[in-house]
Amino acid sequence: MSTRIPIVPENVKPLPALKENEGMLTWVASIDHKQIGIMYIIVSMIYFLIGGLEALLIRTQLAQPENAFLSPEVFNQMFTMHGTTMIFFVVMPLLIGMGVYLVPLMIGARDMAFPRLNALSFWLVVFGGILLYYSFFTQSGASEVGWFAYAPLSEKPFSLNKGPTYWALGLLATGIGSIASGLNNIVTILTLRTAGMTMRRLPLFVWMILVTSFLIIFVFPIIASAFSMMLLDRLLGATFFTPAHGGSAILWQHFFWGFGHPEVYILVLPAFGIISEVIPVFSRKPIYGYEFIAGSTVAIGLLSLGVWAHHMFAVGLGNVANVYFALASMLIAIPTGIKILNWIATMWGGKIWFATPMLFATAFIIEFVIGGLTGVAIASVPIDWVVTDSYFIVAHFHYVLFGGSIFAIFAGVYYWFPKFSGRMLSETIGKWHFWLTVVGFNMTFFIQHFLGVMGMPRRVYTYHDFPYWGSMNMISTIGAFVLAISVIIFMWNVRYSLKHGKKAPDNPWNAWTLEWATTSPPAVHNFDLVPPVRGRRPLWDLAHPDNPDEPNAKIV
Amino acid sequence: MEKLGGLFNPSSPEMEAMADLTFYIIAISIGILAIIVVAVTYIIIRYRKNPNDNSEPYQNFGDLRLEIVWTLIPIAIVAVLFQLTCSTMRAVDPPIQDHETDIVIIGHQWWWEIYYPKSGVITANEVHMPVGKNLLLRIESIDVIHDFWVPELARKIDAVPGHPNHMWISASKPGVYLGACSEFCGTQHANMRIRVIAETEDEFNEWQKQEFVIPKTPRAGIAGEGAELFKTKACMNCHTILGTPAAARIGPNLTHLNKRQTIGAGVLTNSTENLTKWLTNPQKYKHGALMPNMKLTQSEVNQLVAYLEALN
Repeated sequence: MSTRIPIVPENVKPLPALKENEGMLTWVASIDHKQIGIMYIIVSMIYFLIGGLEALLIRTQLAQPENAFLSPEVFNQMFTMHGTTMIFFVVMPLLIGMGVYLVPLMIGARDMAFPRLNALSFWLVVFGGILLYYSFFTQSGASEVGWFAYAPLSEKPFSLNKGPTYWALGLLATGIGSIASGLNNIVTILTLRTAGMTMRRLPLFVWMILVTSFLIIFVFPIIASAFSMMLLDRLLGATFFTPAHGGSAILWQHFFWGFGHPEVYILVLPAFGIISEVIPVFSRKPIYGYEFIAGSTVAIGLLSLGVWAHHMFAVGLGNVANVYFALASMLIAIPTGIKILNWIATMWGGKIWFATPMLFATAFIIEFVIGGLTGVAIASVPIDWVVTDSYFIVAHFHYVLFGGSIFAIFAGVYYWFPKFSGRMLSETIGKWHFWLTVVGFNMTFFIQHFLGVMGMPRRVYTYHDFPYWGSMNMISTIGAFVLAISVIIFMWNVRYSLKHGKKAPDNPWNAWTLEWATTSPPAVHNFDLVPPVRGRRPLWDLAHPDNPDEPNAKIV
Repeated sequence: MEKLGGLFNPSSPEMEAMADLTFYIIAISIGILAIIVVAVTYIIIRYRKNPNDNSEPYQNFGDLRLEIVWTLIPIAIVAVLFQLTCSTMRAVDPPIQDHETDIVIIGHQWWWEIYYPKSGVITANEVHMPVGKNLLLRIESIDVIHDFWVPELARKIDAVPGHPNHMWISASKPGVYLGACSEFCGTQHANMRIRVIAETEDEFNEWQKQEFVIPKTPRAGIAGEGAELFKTKACMNCHTILGTPAAARIGPNLTHLNKRQTIGAGVLTNSTENLTKWLTNPQKYKHGALMPNMKLTQSEVNQLVAYLEALN
């Protein structure tokens, strides 16, 4: 008989117990996954406001042709910091934070596998962000070379300011934190599931976090190495990416997009997970085609590792490479389409309650399909040769990352806020927030498709007064301010509801996954008693002993 | 007002092929989006919960056959798109074989050097070309990555240091086609504009002949003083003027500046007044440009303008 060595060591020392009313210290010193999750969300929201402010400055400068509101240097800093902030300090930590909060609850665990590592991950994100934003206080300000930091522009001879150095250091720190949280999630999901929670019964949100975590540990080491090489170039005079001294400018792009494309899926797969939780609950039906949603996620994860050079169709890699990367990229449409159709099939025949989470989830389907379809179009090499680095691309990825990720995050926040806080968010304010977001978002970004195909390049601080260009940009700018108002309304809703919101019952949406079996908010130890898990929807099985999910639930 | 319609005004056979492909794929996309929107709208109307009805609907977990069907349909659509992609790629980007380069485009921060290897003409920011001919461009960069994009005539391609690229360009009818750098290349990325002047074969040959003329250096008068200043005020450290010792390639070749339509890679139209403004302080019109404010006096500016305009 062999003895099994546990992967997760038993706690020799008990985890420090939380005491009530010790103020900030209980948060700063916390290793409780729920408190860390909440802190992730709060920090991301602060960065969301900063990144949004940068977006408003960008749109104000572009509101009319030949505008002189911002200098080119400041404009370039704004779009660099906007992109970097939104990707690394808003969407990623928001999704990781929701994962850290929800995964242990959804699988019936007491905490993450490595609670102290969890805290380390979070604080590395915080310090990485501070390091990044500190660059504004250096002599010539923050990085001006874009979130993609293409060499050799980001190298010493062309960027003598300290901005790119702080940028690389800040993201390196954050990236190490992300790798740690990826490992932590994987070990947690693989080893800490409660009795009966088999992989085929795992909530889809947890499946998505699992695939995302594997992507994180595969690709963040790539970019961490590239950041290190960039720092060696900048600080110690190495020449990895300087062609004038034998380096390669294209090598940086391979590293960057080898990370950068899977990163898109890191930002969107957990959002798919949120949608896969919200839609069934509000349609009062189980998720349609569970196996296909989980399986297509694994397929997307694998495919995403082999498509990076579709960001480089204009670099001149040769048409053999272009054709391969075009086909691989188009293939991603198939598993993505499967998901969309399964979500629609879940709603079909349901009794749908359009509360705010469901409104955001429904709008997500439409907005994300628009972003997905333009994504397939630009995987077609000749179309990419026309529209890459134009405003068409700006429109495309905002439909994916805002229309996709952020809409899903709002759905998730409205859905789980009662669990996080013990209070319901106001439905009335929520509906205002939703409709203003839909109007503002589409007004800002839809018109940019047209600007792109008409010839407006990205990342320009000014443009000529061509026919229609001024008015189209003005519409986009007005849309951005509508969007800003919607975000303020959301923040107000959170503030108002935390004080005056309706008290939330344990399971306000009559949902079925384990997090709803504990109190709102959950006790420090999560569960007094984890309900038995005999199917994918333990709380449905409890409420309907006459009509349990299994064995009917398996379609494969 | 100058116009730029991009894909809505394709002006070469290659661009027409790419516009057709784009609108074809957009049409398929709109079809798919319409199906999704109709389905979701139907669901919103038909399956909205009645507040008085608290029963649960039929619990449907999925259907294997349906899953297989809606996996196969996207595969078929992707196959069609892929086929369209490959055929358009062949049409707009045929192999170079032994075709010799017609024009070399060299990206600089933040202007374009244009070199005709068959004739030896060197100019800047404005590409003259004959209509109806498919020309082979070689795209290079001297510093950072740029991207050559004339939206109505051709695909775009990056100018990568240490990695020369080739692309084809043609124009169906005469005209001025506008373009710009499309890869972020630093402070003045926005003002790195391109003008392609497509003209008849005769006009093009005439232009090329004119570019060959080595202008006489004025010896006397205000223009003559300007010629002296050009040598003494460090202008010649960066610029070339044929027939003089000025032969540097850091800034644009100024030999036939007075035949160009714009100055500063598109920031100002070329006129005596604008040239005076530009020389007085280029940083005011193109902040961050590598040409510094030379702190010239008003009379020095006037002398240099007279000199540059006397070169014929």
